[in-house]
Amino acid sequence: MDSRPHQDTSGSFFSSSSDKLQLYSYWQSSCSWRVRFALNLKKFERLNPLHFVPVLVDGDLVVSDSFAILLYLEEKYPQNALLPVDAKCRAVNLQAASIVTSSMQPLHMLSVLKYIEEKVGPEERQSWAEYHIGKGFAALEKLLKDFAGRYATGDEICMADVFLAPQISVAVMRFKFDMSKFPTLCRIYEANKVLPAFQASLPERQPDASID
Amino acid sequence: MAANSSDCTDKEQPKLKLYSYWRSSCSWRARIALNLKGLSYEYKAVNLLKGEQFSPEFSKLNPINYVPVLVDEDIVIADSFAILMYLDEKYPQHPLLPCDLQKKAINFQAANIVSSSIQPLQNLLVLNYIEEKLGSDEKIAWAQNQIGRGFSALEKLLEGISGRYATGDEIYLADVFLAPQIHAAITRFKLDMKVKGKRHRQG
Repeated sequence: MDSRPHQDTSGSFFSSSSDKLQLYSYWQSSCSWRVRFALNLKKFERLNPLHFVPVLVDGDLVVSDSFAILLYLEEKYPQNALLPVDAKCRAVNLQAASIVTSSMQPLHMLSVLKYIEEKVGPEERQSWAEYHIGKGFAALEKLLKDFAGRYATGDEICMADVFLAPQISVAVMRFKFDMSKFPTLCRIYEANKVLPAFQASLPERQPDASID
Repeated sequence: MAANSSDCTDKEQPKLKLYSYWRSSCSWRARIALNLKGLSYEYKAVNLLKGEQFSPEFSKLNPINYVPVLVDEDIVIADSFAILMYLDEKYPQHPLLPCDLQKKAINFQAANIVSSSIQPLQNLLVLNYIEEKLGSDEKIAWAQNQIGRGFSALEKLLEGISGRYATGDEIYLADVFLAPQIHAAITRFKLDMKVKGKRHRQG
């Protein structure tokens, strides 16, 4: 989860028929992005904007942390399930999600990069980020090589895609990361990119996008 | 080294193997879950300091070279969270998650605070880097800072919800993630847990 202070971030109301959820999101945050993507995949429509970073409000219940939010959504709103029934495939999805959320994103979040830049040196910042991003993608490439179909773990979009697509996008856009060594991941990304659910979740399409 | 006693007879026991490093908190989570569920398993030690995770045998099992890895007959699962969810689904005795959705969500949040906001920032790779570039004192200060921040977040999250254990009077996922992290904080990084009140008791 991003912990940067925000003055003007965006929250959105997501609703589907009888359910109304409130998502506090920051347009540039890959963690917020995962949740927007998943809500769109589960056919929640965004109604109108509001404020934060991923915090989900569902009636009385407040859930923060993107992974916890996604697992909560999976339990409560099983439409367009993001975790497959098959035990091994399910485990691969959770493992892929863990690789992104535990061994990649925390190592290149802003507070860590600032620390590296200030204490070790500005030139170290980029090489640190590239190292950890590369390590994570190498692991994911190995993991998904034998599982990927049209999407990360088969021909249906699943949890692994929800974590992977924003991570790849952020790696390329923010860190100019060269993805050419990871053909499986590139292919998965291209398939995710064209989905309306993904397009609607893009940072630049969020209400708070132009503030920074 | 096999695990402790189980509720099942030997005939009923699945043939589980856990590849683990004794000091790894991620491996520890898996060991706790297996023990809670009364599942015996064959302990396969992988010495990370000696680079055994890169051995041909282990690389074949897990090309990503991470521990822990669980082998259940022909199913191989890596990553502590994935392992725990697999175990909880296949062996539902002593469930790792409460039925109540709100409490379940809190357990997921607590687990993820540990596994994303704390552990990755104080693992061997990161600490070695900081020590090499900035020295040993800075390394300890960094680790204490990261862990302290994470524990503060956990204190807030679990306030009013914890009972005997993290989210009530039963051991759940939050405890499985929390206990190894607290242990590491105290024994390896000498973190002062006094301000953390309840978390120390539970650890």
